[in-house]
Amino acid sequence: MAGGDKSNNPVLLQVENLKKYFPIQGGKGNAKWVQAVESVNCFIRKGETFGLVGESGCGKTTLGRTILRLHEPTSGKIIYDGEVIYDGANGKNQPKMLPYRRKMQIIFQDPSASLDPRMTVGEIVGEALDIHNMCKTKEERTNRINELLETVGLNAEQSNRYPHEFSGGQQQRIGIARALAVNPEFIVCDEPISALDVSIQSQIVNMLEDMQEELGLTYLFIAHDISVVRHISDRIGVMYLGNMVELGASRELYDNPLHPYTKTLLSAVPIPDPEVSKTRQRIVLEGDIPSPINPPSGCRFHTRCPYATERCKQEVPEWREIEPDHFAACHIL
Amino acid sequence: MEMNNEKKLIEVKDLKVSFFTPVGEVKAVGGISYEMGYSEVMGIVGESGSGKSVEAYTIIGLLASPGKVVGGEILFEGKNLLEYDKKQMEDFRGREVSMIFQNPMTCLNPVYTIGNQLMEALLCHDKSIGREEAKKRAIEMLTLVGINNPDKRIKQYPHELSGGMRQRVMIAMGLICHPKLLIADEPTTALDVTIQAQILELMKDIQKKTQMSIIFITHNLGVVAEICDKVSVMYAGKIVEQGNVNDIFYNPSHPYTKGLLRSMPRVDEKIYERLIPIEGSPVDMLNPPEGCGFGARCEHCMKICLRKQPPTVELGNGHRAACWLLATKEKEGN
Repeated sequence: MAGGDKSNNPVLLQVENLKKYFPIQGGKGNAKWVQAVESVNCFIRKGETFGLVGESGCGKTTLGRTILRLHEPTSGKIIYDGEVIYDGANGKNQPKMLPYRRKMQIIFQDPSASLDPRMTVGEIVGEALDIHNMCKTKEERTNRINELLETVGLNAEQSNRYPHEFSGGQQQRIGIARALAVNPEFIVCDEPISALDVSIQSQIVNMLEDMQEELGLTYLFIAHDISVVRHISDRIGVMYLGNMVELGASRELYDNPLHPYTKTLLSAVPIPDPEVSKTRQRIVLEGDIPSPINPPSGCRFHTRCPYATERCKQEVPEWREIEPDHFAACHIL
Repeated sequence: MEMNNEKKLIEVKDLKVSFFTPVGEVKAVGGISYEMGYSEVMGIVGESGSGKSVEAYTIIGLLASPGKVVGGEILFEGKNLLEYDKKQMEDFRGREVSMIFQNPMTCLNPVYTIGNQLMEALLCHDKSIGREEAKKRAIEMLTLVGINNPDKRIKQYPHELSGGMRQRVMIAMGLICHPKLLIADEPTTALDVTIQAQILELMKDIQKKTQMSIIFITHNLGVVAEICDKVSVMYAGKIVEQGNVNDIFYNPSHPYTKGLLRSMPRVDEKIYERLIPIEGSPVDMLNPPEGCGFGARCEHCMKICLRKQPPTVELGNGHRAACWLLATKEKEGN
């Protein structure tokens, strides 16, 4: 959350009622669906970092990829910088994504799996430049690749090497250089540090912050490590089983969590301080996350919620602005 | 958690483990020493490749080829485990020391029921127990680890349980013979935070009830702060610092421990502060440096650090650190 208040910046990305269902088993008629993302509403301001947290299977990665249309949405609407890039009402007739790919990029979780082992680093970074015809001469292309590698803290000489010759932290830097190649405005960072060692994580976090400042980037930062998300984000969305349950400014969300799930999640994060962790109160949830194939009726959290009432079992809670710029979906609020 | 300092449960003395790979010897554990009393919880913290798991596998005799113990001893209640033959080790493993692993998905056998796997551990170690008795004990154990309907669950297969449930079954399996020492190798790393909180609460609770000792291997300092009495911090196959949990967190002495604590964001941070990372990359264990393993990344690195291994300096009350910085300070003090 470097670089001051961004709450007056214009909205860059708007997501309305976005849904993504994946089909499983059977064909037409008896198909079952994994309801990975269910009616998500949110917006991201220019220049800010929007954090997305939740447990595995809550749909945070799917949401990130659906926003980029790497997964085609099931329904809903995505507006990027005033232009509609997906509208469920238009059926199959959707805008072409290639021009937007230059503006919207992604950094993947596992750097060793997301880099082609048979391409050199120079080829990996340069491929994006070729696709978008960004360099006119070979020399310009080489210079640009070298410049990108230096931006992420690697040497220009390393562009002839293959991904396996690098450590995990360096591989993630290559992934970042690849995303930066096309001068994007918006980057989805999908768990960019969770595969890395603790001492390397902070290097990458600092680098992402520096690049944001220099290049004016907007991030959607997805991670399950809430301490890191809280550190880097201006605003945070909390997801549970495909739903967004709460959204608010990073500090506000921690100091004043509204949704019972957010409270639980925050209290479950271990704090590296023996005195604090001995004295603080922890809410321990019973049971496990239900399956997104048969999500619970009403509020999806009611099976584990300590405050659940009869109403929670039947009615889906409405997504509302409880306090200024602080949204939540819960009946008890 | 009470500490019994007079009697030692386990003493590791200058243990060295190497892997003899085609490209050369990797000194995964390069001479580590520590001791543990009864009913103590010790955390071993380190990055991947620091040797923390190898060290634990050596205690329980699961070190696989090309790994080999090249020096030192492991005394368990006074007896050197490294001198045990195969038969003795089989008898010892599971009964005196047992282990739970990181990934409960891959560590349970998919073609046997939960009950079958729990009972197997018992029947192996105690020939006098009948199947009926073993089944009763298995159900008791599942109840202890907080699994509902245990009499139904023992007939189920691992794939029918969730990740958190499977880890509970793993814990039940580890505890069923009432070992004196439980080695937990990253038991919560594969789990979500809310499930991690459940498992940590469970382990604390069981530790209090059974008074066993636990070696808790993890890279998460938050988890260490929560559950451990003592901590050993490993880097590049060596223990760089060890001491009571309060000493390590409030008075860290080794630059690596300090750096690690500084580089982690805290969920309860009050104001935004830029992180202070440890620069550089982890050490290449095939070509380790001659001197201190952390030297190349250390902000206080001196000439001597690159040439010679640092000595371990006693800082009082069991707090030790291996660093030239402290050694020179000590000399100046004298």
